[in-house]
Amino acid sequence: MSEVFFNMEGINKFYQMGDERMHILKDIHLRMDKGEYLSVLGPSGSGKSTLMNIIGCLDTPTSGSYVLNGNLIEDMTEAELAQIRNREIGFIFQNSQLLPRLNALRNVEMPLIYAGIPPKERRRRAMEMLERVGLSDRMYHFPNQLSGGQQQRVAIARALVGNPNLLLADEPTGALDQKTGRQVMQLFQELSDEGRTIIMITHDMHIASYARRVVHIIDGELTEGGEASHA
Amino acid sequence: MLKKLRKFFVMLRECVTMSLENIWGNKVRSFLTVLGILIGVTAVIALITTVNGVSGSLTSSFSSMGAGTLTVSVTGSDLKTGLNTDDLNELTGLDLVAGLTPTVSSRVRVSRGGSYESGMTVSGKNAYYFRTNPDVVTRGRALNVIDESNMSFVCLIGPELVETFFYGVDPVGESLYISGIPFTVVGLFSDENTESITSMFSGSPDILVPYTTALKLNNDNLVTSFTVYLADGADSELASDQIEAAMDVMFSYEEDCFTITTMSSVEDTMEEMLGMMTALLAGIASIALVVGGIGIMNMMLTSVTERTTEIGLKKALGAIPWQIQVQFLIESFLLSIIGGIAGVALGLLLSIILTNVMGTEFVVSVGAIALGVGFSAAVGIIFGWAPARKASKLNPIDALRSV
Ligand SMILES: Nc1ncnc2c1ncn2[C@@H]1O[C@H](COP(=O)(O)OP(=O)(O)O)[C@@H](O)[C@H]1O
Ligand SMILES: [Mg+2]
Repeated sequence: MSEVFFNMEGINKFYQMGDERMHILKDIHLRMDKGEYLSVLGPSGSGKSTLMNIIGCLDTPTSGSYVLNGNLIEDMTEAELAQIRNREIGFIFQNSQLLPRLNALRNVEMPLIYAGIPPKERRRRAMEMLERVGLSDRMYHFPNQLSGGQQQRVAIARALVGNPNLLLADEPTGALDQKTGRQVMQLFQELSDEGRTIIMITHDMHIASYARRVVHIIDGELTEGGEASHA
Repeated sequence: MLKKLRKFFVMLRECVTMSLENIWGNKVRSFLTVLGILIGVTAVIALITTVNGVSGSLTSSFSSMGAGTLTVSVTGSDLKTGLNTDDLNELTGLDLVAGLTPTVSSRVRVSRGGSYESGMTVSGKNAYYFRTNPDVVTRGRALNVIDESNMSFVCLIGPELVETFFYGVDPVGESLYISGIPFTVVGLFSDENTESITSMFSGSPDILVPYTTALKLNNDNLVTSFTVYLADGADSELASDQIEAAMDVMFSYEEDCFTITTMSSVEDTMEEMLGMMTALLAGIASIALVVGGIGIMNMMLTSVTERTTEIGLKKALGAIPWQIQVQFLIESFLLSIIGGIAGVALGLLLSIILTNVMGTEFVVSVGAIALGVGFSAAVGIIFGWAPARKASKLNPIDALRSV
């Protein structure tokens, strides 16, 4: 018996562009259980990032209901949403979005600051996570001293450090070459095997095929793609 | 509640660290930004400390010079243009008055043998003056009551005339011509030991003669200006009232015939003037502080724009809007107060130099330091407010897309 992590019903998102009202997400129904590894596959401009922003509580839908881990999102204040992001979600962006002035360790510590964890404890946990992603010898390197793949690992460590319920990755291999991309995907595979809940957003069929479940999004419409297994 | 407070301090500490790193990371820019604040605070501190020093030494020299004296100047009425000897004697007889010395001076030409010197200041004195200032006479004798009543042509000469006319000769007993009239030199004087308020304003005299003789040189017989020495321990206001009452009788109660100036009234005027000057200069300095504040605001706005992605990322990672606001406020506050503290240090250094040059007293004014630091802190918060608010309002999605 699996436990529901979030449930979306009838989600619509519109953007106003001048006189035109653009319908970006169209009546989306999506349910996800704890421990699932889900890929959202779709071409560029199909609304993937918009969907991710809504799942990640960075944005709110124009209509529809979204319940995340028992919280009805549209009822929340901005401050409450910030706390939900902090506790529930680990973001991994396409271009790892590390702060250039901070070394790897302090970048990883960042979410713990807003969780109010004291410095010593922050340091300990950040070190643990950097070890977990295989960067124990790069902790004091600055982002510009790291390769693209290493930067993305730091970003993954940062997403993991607060022990969130969901890892939300938007094209995490988009800026990487094939080999390093594969290594990063390997890491996600391991995390999934550890029982973590993961959403992988991608336009790449091959990347999507790592996930156990794939949904397709085309022009803002979501269709279930059934179980996929990595060959 | 306690947990919230702890969370707050964890965040605050991080904000301070990151702000200092940012300020240090942009050393040149930070320095240029705080320059306005630094100059403003330096000016405020230097001004206040220096003016305090000046007014302190002015006040102390005034009160030592003018202790127990007051000055009277007579404009007179149509019927009576000045005071005669009887009037002066009457005033001397008042119980709060110890004595008085008339001030009669004129510019004259002095000659001896073939040489002459014009534009010399002759000052008329009475016997009382020499009794109260015995150190004035350095050689020979003082002028006495007999010289006074006889209007004798005797004089004391100062160092400058000794050098001009009596090089290598003992002047005492010699004669010289004042405005063509032969005078006998009976002594030498030096006013080094007796700084008086009158000499401070009119320059020191070259020749002293009996005041009656001086009046005659001026073709006059009435005194229009004199200094009153008060009886021991007499209150200057009470004495002033007593003199005023007596002189009102002399001038038949006509208005505006004379003014009595006490030292405390001179001090008051002086302090008022210094106060106004300080206020004016402080006003100019505070304009520098406002300009400095605008510089900080400009820098913070630029910084918010440059760090859009950072702000978006922090929000995505769980920063609440007010935490972002606090972060930027702390940064502008620290930036400004660093400028303020540097300004205080520089201002104190400058005032040590200035007070040394002017020979006045250097007193650290705690009020001025508090004003400088407080003002810069306030400037940091006030001018940092709008940029911080702007940062806290950024939408994380737009902010993250901007890369
Ligand atoms: N803030 C916005 N304002 C207007 N249009 C937007 C905004 N954000 C996204 N869009 C539009 O929505 C569509 C979907 O964008 P996005 O979700 O980023 O697609 P994807 O991530 O699949 O490439 C695009 O056509 C894009 O131009
Ligand atoms: Mg996208």
